[in-house]
Amino acid sequence: MNMAVRTPDPKKLIKGATGDWEVIIGLEVHAQVTSNAKLFSGASAVFGAEPNMHVSLVDAAMPGMLPVINEECVAQAIRTGLGLKAAINLYSVFDRKNYFYPDLPQGYQISQYKQPIVGEGKVLLDMPEGVVEIGIERLHLEQDAGKSIHDQHPTMSFVDLNRSGVALMEIVSKPDLRSSEEVKAYLAKLRTILRYLGTCDGNMEEGSMRADINVSVRKPGEPLGTRCEIKNVNSMRFAAQAVEFEARRQIGILEDGGKIDQETRLYDPGKGETRSMRSKEEAHDYRYFPDPDLLPLELDPAWVESLKAHLPELPDEKKARFVADYGITPYDAMVLTLERASADYYEQVAKNRDGKAVANFMLNELFGRLNKDGKGIEASPVSPDQLGAIVDLIGDGTISGKIAKDLFEIVYTEGGDPKNLVEERGLKQVTDTGAIERAVDEVIAANPDKAEQAKAKPTLSGWFVGQVMKATGGKANPQAVNDLVKRKLGIE
Amino acid sequence: MSVDTATVRRVARLARIKVTDDEAARMTNELNSILGFVEQLNEVDVAGVEPMTSVVSVKMRRRQDVVTDGENAEAVTVNAPVSEDHFFLVPKVVE
Repeated sequence: MNMAVRTPDPKKLIKGATGDWEVIIGLEVHAQVTSNAKLFSGASAVFGAEPNMHVSLVDAAMPGMLPVINEECVAQAIRTGLGLKAAINLYSVFDRKNYFYPDLPQGYQISQYKQPIVGEGKVLLDMPEGVVEIGIERLHLEQDAGKSIHDQHPTMSFVDLNRSGVALMEIVSKPDLRSSEEVKAYLAKLRTILRYLGTCDGNMEEGSMRADINVSVRKPGEPLGTRCEIKNVNSMRFAAQAVEFEARRQIGILEDGGKIDQETRLYDPGKGETRSMRSKEEAHDYRYFPDPDLLPLELDPAWVESLKAHLPELPDEKKARFVADYGITPYDAMVLTLERASADYYEQVAKNRDGKAVANFMLNELFGRLNKDGKGIEASPVSPDQLGAIVDLIGDGTISGKIAKDLFEIVYTEGGDPKNLVEERGLKQVTDTGAIERAVDEVIAANPDKAEQAKAKPTLSGWFVGQVMKATGGKANPQAVNDLVKRKLGIE
Repeated sequence: MSVDTATVRRVARLARIKVTDDEAARMTNELNSILGFVEQLNEVDVAGVEPMTSVVSVKMRRRQDVVTDGENAEAVTVNAPVSEDHFFLVPKVVE
């Protein structure tokens, strides 16, 4: 393990009975490669088929079957490496990792051990205190195992090999993370990058992204403590909870004068705790050796270059460009670029419009409304053109900001052209000063006592503005109302 | 380098091969004579020599990302000692 280099941040330390503790975390993320076929066979890699339907005799490890590597899976690993700003190793080797389990018919997993396809890289996290850089140690390609089901029969386990041989990327971070918030942010950022690249769908519920979390604690400035590995965490929230629990468990043991046993643990979301996996004797002796069925993987530098040339714009670059081109805040740009689809939506609307106004309307109205319905931006009932039309109507003073919300709701639920809707439903802002003046006069005439008070207490004019807006159904131009009320009440 | 009988037993266990005491003793001798031969090979200075991965100079063959196989659960499970609904059935294993 690398020596951790970050200076301890007092805000991230955990207070114990004997002083402050620093939590050191490293993650191994298994990301399923997006591909049609498996890493070494021609069987489908698609999730959710009938048992053993997506299995070739290679995946079932029948005698004499030989692996042949899927070139697209290699390309996906390279793209991911480039997206992580990592070194691509033009020469890498596949090894056998030996262990016995019924869902591993070969008796070994084909993986990469000493010479992985991708070397050191980095991931940048947008934390409240600023950007935090997390080092990537390596990325390697390996096979997924099959699936065992234990609850179908009293004495037998059921084995389905559909996942057996599906390509995984294991992305190993350096022990650079220091809190459960950073763990969550890291997983979210990694997921965003993978989804931008199209190399993994990042669907944690279906198991396309799973994390093994290494946690240790130390007093700031001391050498690294003994770590425990929490296996197979499949949600960002659980990952954060597992880290919180595990750090406190270790601190408790150390403060009671005990020592930490290096072991593998499981997180139980129901109980909110980690517990030791019954560690099998000699379980960690994998006896890696180069797979004699596979030659070393040698990459043509020109091929790597062409993959690089075709990479999409990544979230960090897109964010920086949004700030520069559209004048929005880094935070808004970060939220808009979390998903490529929402960034694309934003750009469609913001092109030739006020970028700030579009960002505000999207973040406050559109995202809020979609969230309420549990919908993604892809399923938005309001198209970029419709949203752009609403923003235009606010911009040219046709409707007020308040009416825009109502108009948005109509477009969201009923559809239609915002411009026509404004005409048909009479939503136009009243800019006719005569009409507004009449409304102001009526409100003042109906409330002579309040009008008198307002002369001494000018803040009361806000109440009059509210009344006039109510009387005009929110269609009066608020600025015009404000000016008129003040003038009529004799306050400036 | 040489191995003792305990190491032979451990390696056999990891490979799930059952060995009797007599066999373990015999294998210890056999493995040690093989290791002795390897030791002899180790005397050759190979500093700066690339490990040979193939007797002829070939690049690894690659396949296109096309589904060409599978969709035959019957063939996959037909030789299994026990199966049900195209699942393999094995003695219960729970972590």
